[in-house]
Amino acid sequence: MLKRTGLFEAHRQLSARLIDFGGWEMPVQYTSIVEEHLAVRNAAGVFDISHMGEITVSGAAAVEFLDFVLTNNTRKLEPGWGQYTLLCNERSGTIDDLYAYRLSGDVFLLVVNASRVAADVAWLHEQAARFPGRSELKVSDASHNYDAVAVQGPRVAAFIDQCIAGPSDMAARVAKVTDLKKNQIAGFRFAGANVLVSRTGYTGEDGFEIVGRGDTITQVWQHLLDRGQSSGIKPCGLGARDTLRTEVCYPLYGHELDETATPIEAGLGFFVALDKGEFIGRSVLAEQKAKGVRKRLVAFKMTGRSAPPRPHYPIWSSGSDAHPMGIVTSGTQSPSLVMGIGMGYLPPELAKPGTEIGIEIRGKQSPAVVVAKPIYRKPV
Amino acid sequence: MANVPTDLKYAKSHEWVRVTGDLATIGITDHAQHELTDIVFVELPQVGRKVKAGDACAVVESVKTASDVYAPVSGDVVEANKAAVDDPALVNREPFGGGWFFKVKLANPAELDALLTPAQYAAQISVA
Repeated sequence: MLKRTGLFEAHRQLSARLIDFGGWEMPVQYTSIVEEHLAVRNAAGVFDISHMGEITVSGAAAVEFLDFVLTNNTRKLEPGWGQYTLLCNERSGTIDDLYAYRLSGDVFLLVVNASRVAADVAWLHEQAARFPGRSELKVSDASHNYDAVAVQGPRVAAFIDQCIAGPSDMAARVAKVTDLKKNQIAGFRFAGANVLVSRTGYTGEDGFEIVGRGDTITQVWQHLLDRGQSSGIKPCGLGARDTLRTEVCYPLYGHELDETATPIEAGLGFFVALDKGEFIGRSVLAEQKAKGVRKRLVAFKMTGRSAPPRPHYPIWSSGSDAHPMGIVTSGTQSPSLVMGIGMGYLPPELAKPGTEIGIEIRGKQSPAVVVAKPIYRKPV
Repeated sequence: MANVPTDLKYAKSHEWVRVTGDLATIGITDHAQHELTDIVFVELPQVGRKVKAGDACAVVESVKTASDVYAPVSGDVVEANKAAVDDPALVNREPFGGGWFFKVKLANPAELDALLTPAQYAAQISVA
């Protein structure tokens, strides 16, 4: 029996096409993936992200603990701010990528991938149990308490203040939602309940993510669709979520990241604060930074007309001595660029932008080229 | 409910056949394009290729999936629809018209009797 979010009825009423996503019955599309994708790029789209996990970490030792288990510099997070960060094991394999938000001096909220909630909670409990400050530390899986939506697109700022009124009363102190800076988070009142709103997202567009209790989020969803209608808002499913994040080269756990890939190999060194002091996985990451990696995540574009690249397709070097050298981790036909795009792992010598490669599709090579990230950039 | 023109024959695998003399034009049905949505790539058999009924001889890809297209009848491929290759979304817009896939010179017209009638195909997709 698949799990359903509080918005399941709303998806059914919109005739969403539903699929099994990591044990959840989720909408992959409502109308068309391309249409939904372009709505987010040009206007606005709203996504049910209730399947994601929320873990609270609190107590006087919380900041020290998180700084030890996460790769980014947690200590520099002020209340009302969040950061992208990674959870690694001792070999620096990635357990998850996530956002860490500081709600107050002693209270943090981690928003984690749906597929990794159990693994993350188990790991954090295990590490907390042996942490010196553990008597002043509490780790709780709060995922079942919360639903969430993401509203993304250039027109969102035009109507979101009419959906969720300011001022905020928790974390960042702002007069209205659109006063939040990127990566800020604040508590607001909505329909007599509390919601947390962050200026974050997984699409490369301006937008917000809103977390709250199930029945509150159902009302937020409806309000956004109503108030955003004149701006062209559309409900958007996991299909568009995937094409949007692939265009801007955001990793997806289970594809670019897993326990066999380190943040440095995945090109996420910016989110690894090697100089902050000791943390789990530091030694391998420091060595990789100093000595280099054996595989590196690249972005690529198809260079002729071809079928779209897809996960697990082999990547070949080009030329007369062509060999399979790597593997596609994510791939699709880009709705914004109207060409095949993707990401994959290659040895460092093939990782330079401009390197010609071949993607093996149904036994034949289709030409492609390594490009800098992100593959899609907003036109200025 | 998807469109099921009454002047065509159908395969269980969602291809349609329009017969003119000894030529069969083949494409995918409205039901099939609706299931795929967003068709982004079409790969067609080479002109001159001999196909047998049931051969996987073309590919249609949407954003999320790649699907094989099967020859409903045997014969030589005499024409492939470049318009569908150049504009894959044409298959979504006109699955029975401009979005046809390829034409075959029928090697064995009796094979047409093994295909589904419009009523049989409509029944198949209504229980899907």
